[in-house]
Amino acid sequence: MGGRTILHADANSFYASVECLHHPEIRDKPVAVGGDPELRHGIILAKNERAKAAGVKTGEALWQARRKCPNLVIITPHYPLYLRFSRLMREIFYEYSDLVEPFGLDEAWIDVTGSSGLFGSGGGAAIAEQIRLRVKKELGITVSIGVADNKIFSKLGSDIKKPDAVTEITNENYKQLVWPLPASDLLYVGPATGAKLHRYGINTIGELANTDPVFLNSLLGKMGYVLHAFANGLDNSPVERLGEEAVIKSIGNSTTTPRDLVCEQDVRIIYWSLCESVASRLRKHGFLCKGVQISVRDNQLSSFERQCKLERPSALSYDLCEAAMNLFNKNYNWKYPIRGIGVRGIDLISADSAVQLSLFEDEERRRNREKLDSVVDDLRRRFGYFSVCRAVMLKDKALGGLNPTEHTIHPVGYFKPTQ
Amino acid sequence: MKSPKVYVEVIARFDPEGGLFPLEIIWEDGRRYSVDRITAVRKASSLKAGGAGIRYDCIVNSHPTHIFFEEDRWFVERK
Repeated sequence: MGGRTILHADANSFYASVECLHHPEIRDKPVAVGGDPELRHGIILAKNERAKAAGVKTGEALWQARRKCPNLVIITPHYPLYLRFSRLMREIFYEYSDLVEPFGLDEAWIDVTGSSGLFGSGGGAAIAEQIRLRVKKELGITVSIGVADNKIFSKLGSDIKKPDAVTEITNENYKQLVWPLPASDLLYVGPATGAKLHRYGINTIGELANTDPVFLNSLLGKMGYVLHAFANGLDNSPVERLGEEAVIKSIGNSTTTPRDLVCEQDVRIIYWSLCESVASRLRKHGFLCKGVQISVRDNQLSSFERQCKLERPSALSYDLCEAAMNLFNKNYNWKYPIRGIGVRGIDLISADSAVQLSLFEDEERRRNREKLDSVVDDLRRRFGYFSVCRAVMLKDKALGGLNPTEHTIHPVGYFKPTQ
Repeated sequence: MKSPKVYVEVIARFDPEGGLFPLEIIWEDGRRYSVDRITAVRKASSLKAGGAGIRYDCIVNSHPTHIFFEEDRWFVERK
């Protein structure tokens, strides 16, 4: 295999482990971290091994989990604490390499190609072993780590043995370790792609690896080539140097709503509050976005994303919300009520870039919207988030009462736009 | 049952290099204990009390004791 050494570290049941560390009295009980039942963010976000053994699943409603496991201890999430442990974990990674790419709060790739000779003769696996021991000792939680020469196999490796283990995937063993895994374990094989592959008898990563890439291309488009390469460990994407000072590629916000959304007005209320927050953050960081992306999750927990280009780059909550609503109306058929939605500004450019004015748009009106947004920003900064709001928010107290600025945690996509 | 994690008041010393060392612990009931000696300083978690931070291994009243500095608070493990 190639010359790189890449680790993928995955904190086991991250939220639940952090809670168990802080609550010694519940460590030997089934524990789940779940949204606040009061606000009806009632789903399981993480669970410990005992809860898992009882059949509790991430993403299911709290009441479903309680039915399977009556003595389940449910803890509401403490995001600041998880952020702290995520940071402490990254600090350990940074002692072994400056190439650390976090993937959400609880996962990261670490490229130790350049430093694998500095920590004993064991190479990547020895570093992984050191990291595993240090995280356990210093943070009181466990990680499982995969070691390989590419990001895809190292991520699969971190899933093979857990918790608290290191798995090395080599040229010699990848056919035994990786190929029997279900194809759906690969990044970018979701339910739709998985079903398509299954129809042609491709169920494992090995079967995918041994399928003619031209055929996969005819089946899946250019992702066919990508997945074929992934399955053969031929992924050469670099570990991006990302940290807390990461270059911002997109700004987004999403929420699980206080109650299911059942009509367009419900959706509009939430999109307004999310778009206001996204637009205000775009302005704060000095960006305009050239496109808008929405995500929608229904109460069966199936979700999709759609994106579109904007007429012109913008950081106006009005523009974002209009685009989001358009996308939504074009793409949702209301088969099920909606559990959560999100919106993100993509293709960012600097706010001082030259922008083509339009002959057909009322520029005066646009400038007024800009002024309005900045006044709202200022009022909220001085007098709090709820000091001023759009009238539509008052139509529904529960939905309009959502403060999207409270917490924002987003795993980033694997493929990042290059600029 | 009392919590195994006891946040305590601590009198500490900063050295010119920015090092931070506990000198005296003031227990919940107001009793004061002076730190006779610090034998080791390392990052560590406390499974007993439930937390993680910088652990000072100290001799207090001629007993070995761990004192933890967690973000901006000090705690010790209840015996």
